Amino acid sequence: MVPVSYYFALSAILFALGALGVLIRRNAIIIFMSVELMLNAANLLFVAFARTYEALNGQIYVFFIIAVAAAEVAVGLAIIVAIFKTKQSIDIDEMSSLKG
Amino acid sequence: MEAFNLVPWIVFLPVIGLLLNAAIGRRIGERGAALVAIGASGGAFVISVLQYLSLAAHPEGAVVPVADWIGIGALNIPWAFRVDTLSVTMMLVVSGVGTLIHIYAAGYMHYDVRYKEDVGSYARFFVYLNLFIAAMMILVGGDSYLMLFVGWEGVGLCSYLLIGFWYSRSPDGKHGILNSLAAKKAFVVNRIGDFGFLLAMFAIFWAFGSLNFDEVLPHAEAVAPWIIMFITLAMLLGVTGKSAQLPLYVWLPDAMAGPTPVSALIHAATMVTAGVYLVARSAPLFAAVPAAQSIVALVGGLTALFAATIAVGQYDIKKVLAYSTISQLGFMVAAVGMGAFVAGMFHLITHAFFKALLFLGAGSVILSLERAHHPLDGHHKESAHEEKAHAHFDPQDMREMGGLRKQIPLTFWVYLIGALALAGIPPLAGFFSKDEILADALAANPLVYVLLTAAAFLTAFYMGRQVLMVFFGKARSHPAEKAVESPLVVTLPLVALAALSVFGGFINIPGVHQFTSWLEHTLGHELAHATEFNVVVALLSTVLALGAIYLAWTLYGRQPLEAKQVDPLRKRLGRIFVGMENKWWVDEFYAWLIVRPYKRFAAFLADKVDWAFWHDWVHDSVIARGFRGLAHFLANPVDLGVIDGIANGLAATANGLAKGLSFFQTGFVRNYALVTFFGVVLMLGYLVFSS
Repeated sequence: MVPVSYYFALSAILFALGALGVLIRRNAIIIFMSVELMLNAANLLFVAFARTYEALNGQIYVFFIIAVAAAEVAVGLAIIVAIFKTKQSIDIDEMSSLKG
Repeated sequence: MEAFNLVPWIVFLPVIGLLLNAAIGRRIGERGAALVAIGASGGAFVISVLQYLSLAAHPEGAVVPVADWIGIGALNIPWAFRVDTLSVTMMLVVSGVGTLIHIYAAGYMHYDVRYKEDVGSYARFFVYLNLFIAAMMILVGGDSYLMLFVGWEGVGLCSYLLIGFWYSRSPDGKHGILNSLAAKKAFVVNRIGDFGFLLAMFAIFWAFGSLNFDEVLPHAEAVAPWIIMFITLAMLLGVTGKSAQLPLYVWLPDAMAGPTPVSALIHAATMVTAGVYLVARSAPLFAAVPAAQSIVALVGGLTALFAATIAVGQYDIKKVLAYSTISQLGFMVAAVGMGAFVAGMFHLITHAFFKALLFLGAGSVILSLERAHHPLDGHHKESAHEEKAHAHFDPQDMREMGGLRKQIPLTFWVYLIGALALAGIPPLAGFFSKDEILADALAANPLVYVLLTAAAFLTAFYMGRQVLMVFFGKARSHPAEKAVESPLVVTLPLVALAALSVFGGFINIPGVHQFTSWLEHTLGHELAHATEFNVVVALLSTVLALGAIYLAWTLYGRQPLEAKQVDPLRKRLGRIFVGMENKWWVDEFYAWLIVRPYKRFAAFLADKVDWAFWHDWVHDSVIARGFRGLAHFLANPVDLGVIDGIANGLAATANGLAKGLSFFQTGFVRNYALVTFFGVVLMLGYLVFSS
C-alpha cells in the first residue's frame, strides 16, 4: 500500500502548481483551471486521509467541495462570458478599471 | 335694632344698580336706566334713614361685620361697617343729596348726551354715579382706616371717570382733550394727597398695631405726641388733596369739566368733604396735638380767604361756585382743625344742601341757555348744522347771561335761596353753620377768625355779583333773551334742596344743639362741646354779608352790565382784579415750579438717560457691539479656525490616507491574488511556527 506521505507530496505539488498558475497566468480560463487544480489537490488529501484513518468525514467533505466547485465554475464561466462580451478579451490585466 | 344689620346694603344696592345698568342699561332705555340708578340710590337713602331711626333708639351704634378681609398674625382687618352718629350723618347726606342729584341728572343728562351727540353714554353716566355712591358709602361706613382708604380711592376713581366723562371733548363742548387733561390733573393731584394718607396709615399701624377705629382712636394718649403729630400732618396732606385745600386745591376748578350733576354731587356736596370727615373721624388724634390742630386750622382759614378772592374774579358760572366750594371747604377744615368738629360737620351738611342747590341751579341755567341756543326738539339734525353757523356762545359765561329771572323764574328763586344761604343771611342754613364756626374761631384762634370773616365777606360779595350778573339787568346775548325754564325733573330736586337750604340750619340751632348731642355719642363730650351763640359774631357777620351784597349791588345792580363791558370791579381794583381773574397765577406757578421742571426732567430721563445712555450707549455700544464682537470672534477664529480646521483636517487626513493607500490599489487582479497568497502563507507560517 502506498504510504500517505506520497499522497501528501503529490497534493502539495498539485496545489503549488495551481497557485502558481493563478498568480502568473493572465488568461482567465487558465486561472480557472488552476483554481480547480488547487481544489482537487485538497480533495486528494481529504480522500487520502479518509482512507488512512478509515473515517468517512473526509470523503463527505470531498463531495461538498466538488459541488461547490461545480457551482463556482458555473458562476465563474458566466462572469468570464460577460467580461468577454464587454472587453472582447479575457486578459485579467485588462480588468483594472477599479484602481484608484 | 334690627336695622343695623341692613347697613351693608347701602353699598350693595348701588353696586346692584351699577351692575344692572352696566349690563342692560343701553337696552332698557333712558327711563329704565335712570329708574334703576335712582332706585339704587334711593334704596341706600332708605337704609340710611333706617339706620338713623335705629340709632335714635340705640345711640351707642354697632359694628356690622360683613366678611373677613386681611388676617395676618395679629393684624385683622375685616370688611365691617360702623354705624354711629357720625357715619350715619354722612350716609344721610350722601344718599339723600345723592338721590336728589340722581333725579336731576336723569333730566339733565337727557339733554347733555344729545348736545354731545353721544346718546349711548346715558347709562354709562349712571353706572359711574352709582359706583360713586357705593364708594362713598364704603368711605363713610368703613370701620377701619383701610376700608376708609378703599372708599377714598374709589371716589377718587369715580371723580376721575366723571370729570373725564366727555373725554373726547373740551369744556366748551368742542372736540379736544382738555376734559381728559382735567381728569388726569385731578387724579394726579389727588395721588399726592393719597401719598400723605398712606403715610399716615403706615404710621398708625406702626404706632397702634391696628387700623380699626376702635383700636386706634381710644389709645391716642398712649402714643408719643411726635408720632401723633406726624400722623395728623400726613393726614392733613391727604385732606388737602381730597378736600381741595392749599396747596393742592388746583384740581377742583378744573374738575368743573365734568357734567354739572357731577360737579354738584362729587365736587361740592360729598366727595370733597371726605377730608373733613376724615379729620372728624380722627378727632381724638387731632385733639391730642394742639400744634397740628392750629396748622390744620390755618390751612383751612388761608384756603377759605384765598379761594374766595379768586371766586370774585371769575366769569364762568361754575368756576365761581368751584372756588366758592374750595373756600367753604376751608371753613370746614378750619373748624375741624380748631377742634370744632361739630361745627365743621354741621357746615358740611348745610353746605352739601346749598352748594348742591347752587350747582344744580347753575346747571339749570346752563341747560336753559343751551336749549335756547340750539333747540333739540324736532329738528335735531338741522340744529346740529345750525350750530356751526352760530357765532360761538359759551353757556357758562356769566357775561353772556343777564336778566334771566324773568325767563326762568323758578330757577332764579331757588338759586337766590342757595346764594343767600351761602352768603350767611339768617335764618337760612348757611348762617347757623358758618356762625358756629366763626364763634368757635373767635374763641380758639383769632387769626383764623379774621381770615374766615374776610372770606365770609367775600363770599357774600361774589354770590351777590353772580346773582346780579346772571339774573338781573338785561340779557347780554341772544340765547339769554329766549332762555326756557328747565323741565320738572330738573327743577323738582332744586325745590327740595332749596327747602333743605332754608330749614337745614335748624338741625343745630343755638340753645338747643340737637346735632351736637347727636354727635356727642360718637365724639364724646370733650370733643363735641356746644358752642355758645355769640351775638356779636353773628351780628357782625350778618352786617358784613349784607354790606357785601349792597356793595355788589352798587357795582353790578345799580347800573347793569352791558354786553362786552369790562367788569366794573376791574377799574376799582386794577392789578388786584387781574390777579383774581387769573387765579393769582397759581397754575402757572405750579407749572413753573413743578410741572415744567418735572417734564424737563422726564424729557431728560427719556432723551438723555433712556435714549442716549441706555439705548445708544449701553444697548448699542456695550451690548450690541460687545455681542457683535463676540459673534465675530466665534465666527472667525473659533468657527472658521477651530471647528472648520477640525473638519477640514479630518478631510485632508482622509484624503492623504486614501492617496497613500491607493498605491496598493493597482487594479491588477493577480496582484491582489499574490498579496492574498503571501498573506495566507504568512498567517499559516505564523500558526505553524508559533506553536
